[in-house]
Amino acid sequence: MLANLRRLVRYRGLIQTLVTRELKARYRASVLGFLWSFINPLLLLTVYTIVFTVVLPGFRGNDVEPYALFLFCGLLPWTWFSSALLESSDSLIAGGNLIKKVLFPAEILPIVAVLSNMFHFFFALPVLALFLAFYARPLQLTELAWFPVVVVIQLTLTLGIGLMLSALTVHFRDLRDLLGNLLTLWFFSTPIIYPMAMVPSGGKVIMDLNPVAHLAISYQEILFYDGPFGHWRWLLALGVFSVVTLLVGYALFDRLRDSFAEEV
Amino acid sequence: MSTAIELQSVTKLYRRYAHRRKFATLKSALVSGSLARDLRPEETFTAVGGVSFSVPAGSAFGIIGRNGSGKSTLLKLIAGITKPTSGEVHVNGRISALIELGAGFHPEISGRENVFINGVMLGLTKREISERFDEIVEFAELEPFIDAPVKTYSSGMYMRLGFAVAVHVEPEILIVDEVLAVGDEGFSLKCLDKFSEFKRRGKTILIVTHGLGTVQQFCDEAVWLDRGTVQGRGDPRRVVHMYLSDVAAAEEELLSAEDKKRVDETMPDAESADQETDDTPTDGEPPADMFRASEGRWGSGDATITDVTVEGDDGPTHLFQSGDRMTVRMRVTTAEPLDDFVFGISIFNAEGICCYGTNTDIEEFEPDTMAGEGEVRMAIERLDLVEGTYKLDVAIHTREGRPYDYHRLLHTFRVKSETKDVGIYRPHHTWTFSSNIRFRKPAGD
Repeated sequence: MLANLRRLVRYRGLIQTLVTRELKARYRASVLGFLWSFINPLLLLTVYTIVFTVVLPGFRGNDVEPYALFLFCGLLPWTWFSSALLESSDSLIAGGNLIKKVLFPAEILPIVAVLSNMFHFFFALPVLALFLAFYARPLQLTELAWFPVVVVIQLTLTLGIGLMLSALTVHFRDLRDLLGNLLTLWFFSTPIIYPMAMVPSGGKVIMDLNPVAHLAISYQEILFYDGPFGHWRWLLALGVFSVVTLLVGYALFDRLRDSFAEEV
Repeated sequence: MSTAIELQSVTKLYRRYAHRRKFATLKSALVSGSLARDLRPEETFTAVGGVSFSVPAGSAFGIIGRNGSGKSTLLKLIAGITKPTSGEVHVNGRISALIELGAGFHPEISGRENVFINGVMLGLTKREISERFDEIVEFAELEPFIDAPVKTYSSGMYMRLGFAVAVHVEPEILIVDEVLAVGDEGFSLKCLDKFSEFKRRGKTILIVTHGLGTVQQFCDEAVWLDRGTVQGRGDPRRVVHMYLSDVAAAEEELLSAEDKKRVDETMPDAESADQETDDTPTDGEPPADMFRASEGRWGSGDATITDVTVEGDDGPTHLFQSGDRMTVRMRVTTAEPLDDFVFGISIFNAEGICCYGTNTDIEEFEPDTMAGEGEVRMAIERLDLVEGTYKLDVAIHTREGRPYDYHRLLHTFRVKSETKDVGIYRPHHTWTFSSNIRFRKPAGD
C-alpha cells in the first residue's frame, strides 16, 4: 500500500493534468463556457427555491430564513458529493481504453472524478459568498476556520466511497443504475432542504448515522447559523470514520485492481 | 549482453463468467460478504500458455502469428498492463507501449493540450514535453492543426500524433503493436526510420506485426506464436518461413474443406438438383453457360465424375506456386458403355473470367468406348498464372454438348507468387538489357 501511495505521488502531475482536462473539456464548445460553473448552482438553487417557497411553502421550518441561502449551504456540497460518486462509479469503465492500453495506476481515474467535482464546488463558492454578502450574514473567523476542515473530511469520505464504487461497478454494472436512485433517497434523508430541527426524534438516529448529514449540518452551522460552531464533536468523529472509509475503499480497490484490465 | 525482457513460463488465463452467475454473485456477495471468493471465474481461456523467452537489450524483436494467437496479450503482459496468471515477467528499463495510439486523447480539447496530457500519461514531466513539443508536432506533420480540437482530426492525424508522442518518450524499451499501418506510405517509412534510430542508440524494440517483410528486414530475432504457445523462435527469416508454411497448411485445409462442402451440396443424388437438366436445349455451344458465374452441378447422369483432385508434384494440394506443374485428375464412371463422350476442363479466375478452357473434342480426340470406372488426367506442365484464386469447371458431355455431368466452379486452387505482376497469364519470360542499362538489384534475388 505504501508503495502504491509513493507511485501516486509520482503520478500527481498526471492527476493534476487530468483534472485540468476534465474542467477544460466540460464546458468546451458551449456558448457560456466556464460561466456554467456559476450558473449551474444558481439554476439548481432557483428550482429548489421555487419548489419550497411557491409550490410547497408550508414544508420548510421556521428558522431557515432566508431559505435560498440555507438551501445553498447544503446543496453545493451535496452536488459535489453526488456527482463525484456518479462520475467515479463510471470512471473505470469510461476510461477503459486507458486502463487497457496505457500503464498507469487505475485509482487515478476515480480520484480525478472526485477532485474535478471538488473544483466545481470551489468555483461555485464565490456565488455563495455573494449570497452571504447580499443577505449581510455576520460571519465569524473562528467559525470560518472550520470550513476547510469540513471540506477535507468531505474529500476523504468521497474518495473512500468513490474508490469502492468504481472498483465494484467494474464487476457489477448494476451499481450504476442503482446508484442514481440511491443518491436521490440519500439526498432526501439528509438535512439539506429542511433543517435538522424539523427532524422528528425517531428520525434523529438515522440522521446521526448518515455521514453526509453531519457534513451538511456543519456547513449550515458555519455559514448560515450564528456561531459558535457546536457540531465539531460529530465532525471529528466523522473525520475518523472518513479515514477508515478511505482505507477500506483503497484496500478494496487494490484487491480488485488486477481484474480491471480484463473486465472493463 | 544484458537482458531487457525476460519471460519465464508465462501463462495468462482469461475468465469467462456465465451471465446468470453474475446476478447470483452480486446477491451472494452482498449477503455473505464473500466478494473475493465469488469473483473467481467459472471457465477460463488460455490466451498465453507457458511462454518463455528473453529479449537481449538493444535488439529488435518481432512477434508474429495469426489473429487471436495471443500476441497482444503477450505485449500487455510485458507492458505490465495485465498480470500473468502464473510465471514471471522481468523487464529492465522504462517501457513505452504503443499498444493503441492516442489512447488517452480527449476529443474536445486541442492537439496541443492532448500532447501534454498524453506525454504525462506516458511518464514524461511537463518540462520534458515542452522541450520536445516542437519535435513531436513536426514529426506528426500537424503544425497547422495542433490547436484544433482532436475530434476534428482524421484518423490518420490522430494516429500520427499518438505515435509521435509515444516515440518521443525516449523509452529504453519500445513496444509496438501493429502500428506500422498508420498513415500513408511516407509516414510508415518515417516510423521505420525512427525505429532504426532507436536500434542504433541501443534501445530495445519489441514489435508485433503482420508485416512479415518488416520482421525479416528489421528484426534480429523473432518468435512465432500460435494459440498462445511459442511455435518457433530464432532467425526472423526462418521463423517467418515456418509461419508461412503453417499458414499455407491451414489455407490448404480450409480450401479443401470448402471444396468438399461445395461438392457435397451439389451432389446430384436427385436429378432435380439444379437449374439445368438434360432436357435443356443443347445447341452444341456450351460457352453460353461458361460465362455465367454460378456454381453448381448438372447433367443427365449417364456418366458421372465421382471425384476430382488437383495435384502438384507432391500429390493432391490446393496451393501452387506460379509455374508449378499441375495435374487435374478426375474419376469417371458410367452405368452403360458410351461411345459419345468428351472430357472438358476450364480454369476461371476470381472475377469469373475464363483463363483457359479446352476439351478432348476440341483437341480432336475421337471417342470410341468408355465403360465402367476410369480415370482422366490432364497435366499442365507449367501453371503460368498470376497470383490469385482460381476455380475449375470439369465436365463430361456428348460431342454436341449435352452434359452427362457438369461440375461448375466446384473445385478451387490458389496460385501464389513472389512476383506481384498483374493480368491473368504469366508467359514464361526473360529480360535482357544492353550493357549501358544497369540495375542495382539483379533479378531473382
